[in-house]
Amino acid sequence: MRSEQTVVERVGLEPTPEMIREQKLYREMGLTDAEYDQVCGHLNRLPNWTEVGIYSVMWSEHCSYKNSKPLLKKFPTEGPRVLQGPGEGAGVIDIGDGQAVVFKIESHNHPSAIEPFQGAATGVGGIIRDVFSMGARPVALLNSLRFGDLRNPRVRYLFEQVVAGIAHYGNCIGIPTVGGEVVFDGDSYEGNPLVNAMCVGILNHDELQKGVAIGVGNPVIYVGASTGRDGIHGATFASEELNESSEEKRPAVQVGDPFMEKLLLEACLEMVQKGILIGIQDMGAAGLTCSSAEMAQKGEHGLEMNLDLVPQREEGMTPYEIMLSESQERMLLVVEAGREDEIKAICDKWGLQSAVVGRVTEGNRYRLFHQGKLVADIPVNTLVDDAPVYVREERVPQYYEENAKRRPEEELADIDPLAALTKVMSSVNIGSKRWVYEQYDHMVRTSTAVRPGSDAAVVVIRGTEKGLAMSTDGNGRYVYLDPVQGGRIAVAESARNVVCSGAEPLGITDCLNFGSPEKPEVYWQISKAIDGMAEACRVLETPVVGGNVSLYNETKGNPIYPTPVVGMVGLVQKREHITTQAFKEDGDVILLLGDTYAELGGSELQHVVTGQISGRPPACDLQKELAVQQTVLAAIRSGWVKSAHDVSEGGIAVALAESCICGNRGAAVSLETDLAPVVHLFSESQSRVILSVKADAVADVMKLAEAKGVACRQIGTVTEKEELIIHINGEQVIQQDVAYLSKQWEEAIPCAMKASSTSTN
Amino acid sequence: MRFAVPIFPGSNCDYDCIHAVEDILGEPVAPVWHHDTDLSSFDAVILPGGFSYGDYLRCGAIARFSPVMAAVKEAAAAGKLVIGICNGFQVLCESGLLPGALMRNNHLKFRCDIQPIRIENNQTPFTCAYENGQVIRIPIAHGEGNYYCDEATLAELKANNQIVFRYAGENPNGSVDDIAGICNKAGNVLGMMPHPERAIFDWMGSDDGKYLFKSMLQYWKENSRAV
Repeated sequence: MRSEQTVVERVGLEPTPEMIREQKLYREMGLTDAEYDQVCGHLNRLPNWTEVGIYSVMWSEHCSYKNSKPLLKKFPTEGPRVLQGPGEGAGVIDIGDGQAVVFKIESHNHPSAIEPFQGAATGVGGIIRDVFSMGARPVALLNSLRFGDLRNPRVRYLFEQVVAGIAHYGNCIGIPTVGGEVVFDGDSYEGNPLVNAMCVGILNHDELQKGVAIGVGNPVIYVGASTGRDGIHGATFASEELNESSEEKRPAVQVGDPFMEKLLLEACLEMVQKGILIGIQDMGAAGLTCSSAEMAQKGEHGLEMNLDLVPQREEGMTPYEIMLSESQERMLLVVEAGREDEIKAICDKWGLQSAVVGRVTEGNRYRLFHQGKLVADIPVNTLVDDAPVYVREERVPQYYEENAKRRPEEELADIDPLAALTKVMSSVNIGSKRWVYEQYDHMVRTSTAVRPGSDAAVVVIRGTEKGLAMSTDGNGRYVYLDPVQGGRIAVAESARNVVCSGAEPLGITDCLNFGSPEKPEVYWQISKAIDGMAEACRVLETPVVGGNVSLYNETKGNPIYPTPVVGMVGLVQKREHITTQAFKEDGDVILLLGDTYAELGGSELQHVVTGQISGRPPACDLQKELAVQQTVLAAIRSGWVKSAHDVSEGGIAVALAESCICGNRGAAVSLETDLAPVVHLFSESQSRVILSVKADAVADVMKLAEAKGVACRQIGTVTEKEELIIHINGEQVIQQDVAYLSKQWEEAIPCAMKASSTSTN
Repeated sequence: MRFAVPIFPGSNCDYDCIHAVEDILGEPVAPVWHHDTDLSSFDAVILPGGFSYGDYLRCGAIARFSPVMAAVKEAAAAGKLVIGICNGFQVLCESGLLPGALMRNNHLKFRCDIQPIRIENNQTPFTCAYENGQVIRIPIAHGEGNYYCDEATLAELKANNQIVFRYAGENPNGSVDDIAGICNKAGNVLGMMPHPERAIFDWMGSDDGKYLFKSMLQYWKENSRAV
């Protein structure tokens, strides 16, 4: 290695390269012995403290996907409408008229477990930056949350604070939070909640940005909040199991300022509009390190930065701290030399600081200077492309074999349907999520056509007839019981939700929340779940355009339920196609598409009755799923459908009750079946949708379904009297006032939260 | 009729208000940066919702010192129509154009919902297209909408018919006397927590808010020659 300057051995009191090696200090940063040796090989010398820090975050699971890369390759990522697949801030899909939708989901699980308000808030802030760094105007937020049992006061505290944190960030920045899901499961998420945030944006094709550093001599510009000592090593922290000492890592959690991000958002979009930018990337996980290294790598150039020029919140920060800080609301830009003033003028207008901190260089060296000294000199490709990749051992877990013998349908067959309905409707998982979404501003930007509480939210696009439908879905119980089926269902259900709102599914972003990949049983879950998801994406033609992997979600050695979460976006062609789940008019005919089997493994009924899950989950036949979705969408586009509701958790009984409650209507339903009444009503068989249609459209829908090979049964009518009446094989099994069901359903979460005042322990 | 929509750093309902004026009235409307000090070419001002200056210190407390607010005060003194929605209402109270203050919701949580609101005074430039006692459905979205004033002020508001909107049904924030919106004595300055710009088409869930904008135009057409 030849250069004018050699790299300093240490700054201040930092350990020397020899001490780092001898005392194996790199282990504290998450590097293994073998990985450390690789670093020495790449550098041809011992790395100093700053360099070890840089490698450790760049090679963390969070940034490098070293444990998941080979598995992620199984996902289909291309399609005729995909403009940008995985690899940039967010995925981009064409929606016609020169417009595109930009979206991504990301986890903030570990920070939220330790500091729920800020952890959740900065999760929202980070995903918004990912979207506007693509040049898109963010138009909607969603989330997917998992908590333990609400009877535990610590869980109530986490739930309350996570929701407040999401609300704080999204409400202030003025992007509506239009949808999401919340699931409570005491066995799984007690100590390790899941907080996944998704952002959806819109851009014009010619405004699509990339995170690249090109053009030798072009300035690298830092914009936004100052760099402080918060969030140092956040990416590494996110790639470890939580344990008793995790509380000590509270400083690894960042603090968010949505006001600052609003200014940054407007300033960046102004730069995009004026066409000033060559490259732009968010400083998210691993902060300045990851953004600058990835931009250089993608641009196939080197990069130099003078860290003295980085705006700093505190005095005396070391290069290690500056590079590894995850302070929020910062963006890194590359512009053509000579246009620095244009950036500055825009930043000044928005009251933001900006600083030229470096230059794009020839070659592939990533070099950092601090107080006149060279403090890091690394071949940039070794940070990104040469990160280690692990294929782990996988093993079928014992529980999976044992579950093959269980028959939950037989164990639950004798339960009284009406008692079951009351119990399920008042479960916090089925109950209304109003307590959550009324804390989110879901109407700002005046484009929300379907508000939270239906199958998918719909946001209309001003100046067009189009709308975007969006939904997040995942069922950890199903994936735990059978990862292939559970993986398929995650994709199928999110697509079904989007279809029920009148949209054609376009593509997905995914957040893969799992335990430690170093455990063969967990690796099996990851691998099989991805198989199932990939298969569903292929059949439903919804490519994966981006996402995030969150591993090591464990507490005290117990992994969470494997919980891949799917964020689906669909396109509504015309506003008149927008459909909700609420029954609309008395006399409308209720149709059930799809078949019902004895499938109660992992169901909500099983959980509320036994407190556990066992058996096999519902099976998902993807060809059947596709046919059902095509039938529903065609029926909606033909103008025949008054309401559409996906049958999922809680089965037909809950789907009917929800359509009644949301529409302030009743229903009189008759079903024929060989199954026990309670099994038929609460089975969670897949590929089923309940439609209500005008009486004169029944024949048309029947004919359409038949042509697609989809079972379609006329099961009842919408009634004026607000009562849900269900007959099975001619015998009445349920008669209940909708007002009563509504009360159970509405009060489920508020009641659980009132159990006692929340406390922190 | 020319509308100005001042934009503070952190405003986020600015373009919703601009779009509402364009879509419902088709009248000219322009964003005005908070540094601007001249509103003389406008006939009405809409202070939009959002989190001006991040709501730091107190909602609206920093915005009141913004250069554009001097011009808003001049416009109000000249009898032009000034409406503050949500954060705009907070700014109007902080700047003394309206009495009272907006405190944290009594349940301490942000609340977003479509809320029934009763028209208490249809003799204002903002409500002349509604009936007295009419209940309309308008979205709310705030964490600090709990209107407070002392008893003397409340008596004065009542005596002068300055209470323009009350919450019908459940009071979503604990405001005094269920107040959702008030005007000044002259009637040309209105502050309200609900967002009429979010209720202008059926697909939004309600179109009851469009009549507020229509009222303003109707009033202006009837009175502009005289001003």
